[in-house]
Amino acid sequence: MPEKPKIALYWCSGCGGCEESVIDLSEDLLELQRRADIVFWPVALDSRLKDLEALGNGEIDLTLINGAIRLHEQAHMARLLRRKSKLVVAHGTCAHLGGIVGLGNFHSVPEILARSFREVPTVKNPGGILPGGFKEDSVRGPKLSGLTDKVMALDQVIDVDYYIPGCPPPPELVGEAVWAVLEGRLPEKGFVFGDRKTLCHTCPRLDSKPEQISLKGFKRVHETKWDMEKCFLPQGVICLGPATRGGCDSRCIQANMPCRGCFGPLETMEDHGAGILSFIASMIDAEHEDEIRRITDAIPDPGGLFYRYSAPHSILGGGKGPRT
Amino acid sequence: MQGVEPKIIVFLCHWCSYEGADAAGRGRKEFPSGNLREIRVMCSGRVDPRLVLEAFRLGADGVLILGCAPGDCHYKRGNIQALKRIPLLERILQQNGINNDRFKFDSVSAGDGEKYARIAGEMVERLRGQGSKNHA
Repeated sequence: MPEKPKIALYWCSGCGGCEESVIDLSEDLLELQRRADIVFWPVALDSRLKDLEALGNGEIDLTLINGAIRLHEQAHMARLLRRKSKLVVAHGTCAHLGGIVGLGNFHSVPEILARSFREVPTVKNPGGILPGGFKEDSVRGPKLSGLTDKVMALDQVIDVDYYIPGCPPPPELVGEAVWAVLEGRLPEKGFVFGDRKTLCHTCPRLDSKPEQISLKGFKRVHETKWDMEKCFLPQGVICLGPATRGGCDSRCIQANMPCRGCFGPLETMEDHGAGILSFIASMIDAEHEDEIRRITDAIPDPGGLFYRYSAPHSILGGGKGPRT
Repeated sequence: MQGVEPKIIVFLCHWCSYEGADAAGRGRKEFPSGNLREIRVMCSGRVDPRLVLEAFRLGADGVLILGCAPGDCHYKRGNIQALKRIPLLERILQQNGINNDRFKFDSVSAGDGEKYARIAGEMVERLRGQGSKNHA
């Protein structure tokens, strides 16, 4: 009997939702266990670094890495897993585009450390001590790993073969990617599992989306009630569907919440935020600068809204810290 | 980096502001043409925010978008479409560490070389004082 393919899973800077998306394969997880050997999965199995290091280069058939790269240790682990693996998949939005964690790039590392360890009201740190003394390679040492200068998506650190978008990804997409690899149905390199069109194309509310939308103002979700059957946009609620890749089964829409863009931009859009900005601006029903400013001032944090999931992969990258 | 000459990308619309820039040259107006990299586009409404971000990423110290005066757009509303993007784009740039001295949208009519020279001159002057683009 031929040896079963080897699979590894690893968790970098993320919330754990992507790990959950693997657990949510439910019965399929048992099937995966039958068809492949999971050789490294620290969150679920008794996986040891030395066992991973003992594997030969390219010995793992498929590695799924979730989370952004925020710590030197994660960069080290990503490089190690890359060496050991034939195929690496960026699993979930943080690994794909930087994700929520990537919003850290709107602040410098000293700002983030000061905020987390000194300024937050619930922190008691009279000495003002910050974590420090980090080493570049802290995997073996007893010290905590240091922060990288910027948050990076996985493909800004290592070569990535495929991407599974979503925050978290739907388990169906995780399954699709894993079975595609195990059954040898390999898509072209760089393939993003998901639709090739925007969310609007498959949105259950598409029929109520007008040809042209003109708005005198934007409303935030806590400020208004909306018709649960109709497109969010003509009701003044910003939904990022027109600029976001579909393939999520309209999960948020079905839960009566507007799209927040976690599947990222289509291949044809280099910068998710620029695309979002363009379509939002096109809906403004005003011709004078003062009125346009009044309308757009209702969006309190355009950077955070337009680049909620993609700051590290945006053209300007969030700005703070050294440029790469 | 004081003393470095700022480089400014200027998007000019074919119908008005490009002619305005031409008029500035023909009229022998004094303006810092050596600091400007003019790009002619058919309409200011065609300047996708992505192009502005890309200009800054590639090292531009400033970006100017100049269109037709309100009501004068060859395509009726292209300059209004451009204007609608400006406030959000300014704030996106700020959040990315690029202050608003470095980005400006305005109109220049076809014969108004004087205004073109003034707008371009003012931006170059402001950015000379700031040195190269910083990310603070």
